[in-house]
Amino acid sequence: MRTVARLRRAGLPYLLLLPALLLELLVHLVPMVIGIVMSFKDLTQLFLGNWGAAPWKGLGNYRVTVDVDAPVGATLLHSFVVTCAFSVLTVGLCWLLGTAAAIFLQENFRGRGLLRAVFLTPYALPIYAAVITWAFMFQRDNGLVNHVLHDQLHLTDGRPFWLLGDNSFLALLVVAVWKTWPFAFLVVMAALQNIPKDLYEAAALDGAGMVRQIRRITLPSLRPINQVLVLVLFLWSFNDFNTPYVLFGKAAPEAADLLSIHIYQSSFVTWNFGTGSAMSVLLLLFLLVVTAGYLLATSRGRKHADA
Amino acid sequence: MRILRAAIVTATVTALAAAASGCGGGTSPGGAGDDSPTTLTYWASNQGPNVEADKKILGPELKKFERQTGIKVKLEVIPWPDLLNRILTATTSGQGPDVLNIGNTWSASLQATGALLPWNKENLDAIGGRDRFLAPALDATGVAGKDPAAIPLYSLAYALYYNKRMFQDAGISKPPATWDELVADGKRISKKGKWGLGAEGGQLTNNIHQAFALGKQHGADFFDRSGRPTFTSDGAVAAVKQYIDFMAKDKIIAPGNAEYGQNQSLRDFATGRTAMVLWQAAATTFAADGMKPDEWGVAPVPVPSGTPGTGRQTNSMLAGINIAVFKNTHNLHGARKFVTFMTSDSEQRLLNKTYGSIPPVTAAQQDPAFNRQDTKVLRETLARSATPLPQIAEESQFETSVGTAVKDLFADAAAGHPVTTASVKARLGKAEQQMTK
Repeated sequence: MRTVARLRRAGLPYLLLLPALLLELLVHLVPMVIGIVMSFKDLTQLFLGNWGAAPWKGLGNYRVTVDVDAPVGATLLHSFVVTCAFSVLTVGLCWLLGTAAAIFLQENFRGRGLLRAVFLTPYALPIYAAVITWAFMFQRDNGLVNHVLHDQLHLTDGRPFWLLGDNSFLALLVVAVWKTWPFAFLVVMAALQNIPKDLYEAAALDGAGMVRQIRRITLPSLRPINQVLVLVLFLWSFNDFNTPYVLFGKAAPEAADLLSIHIYQSSFVTWNFGTGSAMSVLLLLFLLVVTAGYLLATSRGRKHADA
Repeated sequence: MRILRAAIVTATVTALAAAASGCGGGTSPGGAGDDSPTTLTYWASNQGPNVEADKKILGPELKKFERQTGIKVKLEVIPWPDLLNRILTATTSGQGPDVLNIGNTWSASLQATGALLPWNKENLDAIGGRDRFLAPALDATGVAGKDPAAIPLYSLAYALYYNKRMFQDAGISKPPATWDELVADGKRISKKGKWGLGAEGGQLTNNIHQAFALGKQHGADFFDRSGRPTFTSDGAVAAVKQYIDFMAKDKIIAPGNAEYGQNQSLRDFATGRTAMVLWQAAATTFAADGMKPDEWGVAPVPVPSGTPGTGRQTNSMLAGINIAVFKNTHNLHGARKFVTFMTSDSEQRLLNKTYGSIPPVTAAQQDPAFNRQDTKVLRETLARSATPLPQIAEESQFETSVGTAVKDLFADAAAGHPVTTASVKARLGKAEQQMTK
C-alpha cells in the first residue's frame, strides 16, 4: 500500500505535467517536424493539395540554399548579412535608449508618470497601424520625414527616397527601434526598482557621483536582466516580419531584405515551399547555436563574477 | 498576469481545436459530394471600394439565389492581398469554401494544385456551354488543352485615361495612339510640377501587366514553347527598357512614382498632377477622389502602329476575375447551380455594371452601361487586342521575379542611376535565374 502511495506521489508531478507536455508537442514540435520534413521535399504548387506525395529531394533544397554562387544562395547570404547588421544595431540602440530612459526616470519629478506613459505608447499601439503610419511618413513626395528634413531644416539636397534603395535600411532600423525600445525601457525600469536604495545612499556617503553610481551599482545589478533582455531583443529582431512586410510589401529593397521576408517570399510568393523550409531550418539552427553560445558565455561570466 | 494566463489558455485551446478539426473534420474521400445540399460557402474577392460595399452589393443577389433554389450562401469577402494565401491554406488543409473567386492570372498555378474542379464538357454544359463566353476570357482559365479550372466572371482590360483639361491646356487635341505620340504629349505636359504619365512602380502585378503588353509589341512572350523563361530575350529587354525610360529618359513619369504601390497614381490623376494613366476600370476610383466623368477621357492603350489588334498590336493583358469550385465541395450540385446563377445574363449585366467591369458573357454586353466612353474602350480591347498572361503553373513566380526587377529598375531611374540595355538585361537575368530551381 505504502509503495503504491509513494509511487503515486512520485508520479503525480509528471501526471500533472503531461497535459502541458502534450500541448507543447502539438503547438510547437509538430509544425517544426513538419517543416523539417518539408525541407527535404520538392514541394511546389503541384503537390500542395497532398504535400505528403511530393517527391523526396534529399539534401537538394539545402544545396540550392547554401550555394552562394547561384542566385538563390547569393541572395540568401546577402539577406543574412543584412539581417545580422539590422539585429545588432536594433538591439544595441534599443538597449541604450531603454536603459538611459529608465535611469533618467528613476528620479521622482513632476510629469514622470506622463513621460513613462508616452514612452510606452509605441509598445501599446497595434503594430500594423503604427508601421503603416511610418510608411506614409517616409513617402518621398508627401511624407512628413522629407517635409521636416528638406523643407523645414534644409538638411538634405533633394528629396531622398526612404522606402527605395539604400536608405530603406535606415528607415527600417528607425521603425524597428521605435517600436522595440519601450520593451527594453519597461524591463530595465522594473529591474531598477529591485536595487536596494541604501546601496546608492552608502555610495553617495562615500562620495561617489552619479556616473560612478551608475557604473558601479546600477549596471552590475542589471546584469542578469540585461542578459535575458539582449537575447530576447536579438531573437525578435532577427525574426522580425511585420516591420519590413508592412513597410515594403512582398518585395523588400535589397538593402532591407530581412531573412523573414526573404523566406516568406521564397515559400509563399514563389511557391517553392521546399526551399523555403530549408532556409527556415537553417535559420533555426543558426539561432540555436547563437543562443546556446550566448547563454554559455554569459553564464560563465556570471560564475566568474560570483566567485 | 491574469490577462497573460487567459491569453495562453485561449491560444492553446484554439490551437487544439484547430488541430482536432484538422484531423477529424471530414472531407468526403474522393472529392466532390452532395452531402450538404442546402448550404454553400462563397469566397468573393474584394471588387468594390471596400469589403462592406461588396457585402451590400452581393447580399441581395445571394438572397435571390436562395429564393430560387433554397440554397443558402454564406458569403465571405476577402481583400486582394489575402486572397491567394487563403486559397493556398485552403488547398493544403482541404478545408476550403465551396465556391470561390480567383484572379485569372492565377488560373494555371491553381489548376496545377489540383484543388479546383475541372470544368469538363459535362460541367460546362451545365452552365450553358463554352460559346456563351468571350473566347479570350475563357483562355485565361488554365493551361491550353486542359479542362478550364474556373469560369470567367468579371473581365477587364487596360485603357489610357487622360485628363481633358490638361490636354487642352497643353494644346493637345486628341489622345495619343502611338507611344511616340504619348511621349511627345507627355513632354509637353511635364512642366511645373505636372507630369505626363503615372505609374505604380512599387506594385509588382501592375509592373508585370505593363511589361507583358509592351513585350507582346516587341514580339516577346517571356516564356518559350516548352515553358522555359526567356526574360532576357531582346524583345523582353526592349519592352521593359521602354517602360522604365518613360521615367529615366523621356522624363514624363515623376520619379516619386517609383515608390507608388497603393494606387497613388490614380489620386495624382484625379487631382490634376498627372495627365495620363494606363489602368483597368478606373471610373469609380476617380469619382471617389472627386473627379467628374466629363473631366477625363479614355482611349485604347497605344501601340506602335496606332491600331490595336492581335499579336504585335496587343495593347493589354486580359485581366479579370474567375469563379471556381473547390474540388472538396460538399455540394457539387449546388455549386454548379450557383455558378450558373452568377454567369446568367441578368446577373452578369447587373454585377459587371456595378463593378465597372465587362461581362465575359457576350450576351450580357448589350446593356448601355457597357457602351460608356470607358467601358466601350475596355469592351473593344477585350474582344480585339487583349491577351492573357502566359498560362503556366509558374505564373506566380513570374509575377514576383519580373515585377521585382521592374520595381528595382524604377528605383534606379528615380535615384538618377543610368538605366541601360545592359542594366535592364542584368536585372531580368537575375529574375530569370530565380525561376530555375
